[in-house]
Amino acid sequence: MINQFEVIETLKMISEENLDIRTITMGISLLDCACDDIEISAQKVYDKITKKAEHLVKVGEDIEREYGIPIINKRISVTPISLIGGATGAKSYVPYARALDRAAKQVGVNFIGGFSALVHKGETVGDTVLINSIPEALSTTDIVCSSVNVGSTRAGINMDAVARMGEIIKETAERTADSDGFGCAKLVVFCNAVEDNPFMAGAFHGVGEADSIINVGVSGPGVVKCALEQVKGEPFGVVAETVKKTAFKITRMGQLVAQEASRRLGVPFGIVDLSLAPTPAVGDSVAYILEEMGLEKCGTHGTTAALALLNDAVKKGGVFASSYVGGLSGAFIPVSEDAGMISAASCGALSLEKLEAMTCVCSVGLDMIVVPGDTSAQTISGIIADEAAIGMVNNKTTAVRLIPAPGKKVGDVVEFGGLLGTGPVMAVSSYDNSAFIGRGGRIPAPIHSLRN
Amino acid sequence: MRAVISVLGKDRVGIICAVANVLADANVNILDISQTILQGMFTMMMIVDVAQSKLEFAVLSKKLEETGNELGVTIKIQHEDIFNSMHRI
Repeated sequence: MINQFEVIETLKMISEENLDIRTITMGISLLDCACDDIEISAQKVYDKITKKAEHLVKVGEDIEREYGIPIINKRISVTPISLIGGATGAKSYVPYARALDRAAKQVGVNFIGGFSALVHKGETVGDTVLINSIPEALSTTDIVCSSVNVGSTRAGINMDAVARMGEIIKETAERTADSDGFGCAKLVVFCNAVEDNPFMAGAFHGVGEADSIINVGVSGPGVVKCALEQVKGEPFGVVAETVKKTAFKITRMGQLVAQEASRRLGVPFGIVDLSLAPTPAVGDSVAYILEEMGLEKCGTHGTTAALALLNDAVKKGGVFASSYVGGLSGAFIPVSEDAGMISAASCGALSLEKLEAMTCVCSVGLDMIVVPGDTSAQTISGIIADEAAIGMVNNKTTAVRLIPAPGKKVGDVVEFGGLLGTGPVMAVSSYDNSAFIGRGGRIPAPIHSLRN
Repeated sequence: MRAVISVLGKDRVGIICAVANVLADANVNILDISQTILQGMFTMMMIVDVAQSKLEFAVLSKKLEETGNELGVTIKIQHEDIFNSMHRI
């Protein structure tokens, strides 16, 4: 029988420590929507999404009410649009983006991801059209998210795509200049992208997945921070144990919600993403967990080690709590979405270079970082290439979500609002790399890609 | 389906009576009840069976919340599985 201490602990996690289910994401395959006429195909896309996800939001809300656990987002991920667009011969896939936007609004979800292309080794015609369509798609829709995979451990890094994505990010920022380049907050460039990620903006429904699936992402940096407050001054073994136990409890929530959503929707359960995803709310920060370990400010020496411990302990605790684990799983470090990161970046404690080092041991990569509006496309491509190299060599997913905010300079602050938060503009290197980016071609896969 | 009702707040006369009345009106059976003063707070926990409830879960939840507001305490009703899954393997 459940005792009072346990009930109170759970209630405290939810009401005071911001424990929540960050997202229930329904993955939907659109492979059967391919057709040689883009208007018909886009209509098929709309019809399939609105039919499959018709009850998603209601079921999410019902579970939220019955279990008393907040579910922040309900989302949809779809097959990379480049895969179904290829059949149309169209010169732009913006009609697909509009169909996705309309469908997502119709069913009431927060975001829809999958305006995506996988070009880690090369581009098909569909991939090229999709990438060229990104700036217009993101500036003329509201809740469509886009991602492009430019590298993998098995294939190496497609440097032509890296160079192109620098230009695409710049163009997207310019087209959404009136909102400080907000379009770029919906665009992720990946290395080793995963097929079952429930988190935006990088979610898409991989080709190895079932027709539809339910993936859940949990969150609870505040709970971990509060747990660590109880073990001040203890050695790292105790810190790791505390994080593991907390991650276990958090993940059990995710597992329960995922199974329940799957049952009620009649859609198979995919994975739980073992994640610590911060929000700008005070007390919901990954940076504050690192600081709780004894760092004055996130970004000082020792931060990478602290993050490595945290990321590993979250996985170890969480993996036992869920029957299927996947997605990105680990601690996220999106700068503008994390009160502690915002503070550290604003006071100069946290630099882009340190963030790059942190991405070697965190779950993803350089996320929600605002850079000066005059940052060149080549510099952005250089940042993408560095991050992709880290992912490729370390067999991990890395990503870049940069916002070159038009007209903004280092020291300025950009407000995105909501979960996307506030981004202090961070400095980039002023030295030129255009001859490097201009080479093109492919960086070969590393030696340890040959594992057979 | 079984649910856990938790009541937290400042102790006063009539809390259990008020909650029990709401449950009786709704035809919800109380299976277990325990209360204590924890860190100076009145803490009550009930395990109830809502299978025969005349009210929708959401309506019952709202009613209990309103009762809590009148009494100056926080009342929540949640499916018991959230606690089982977090605290039991």
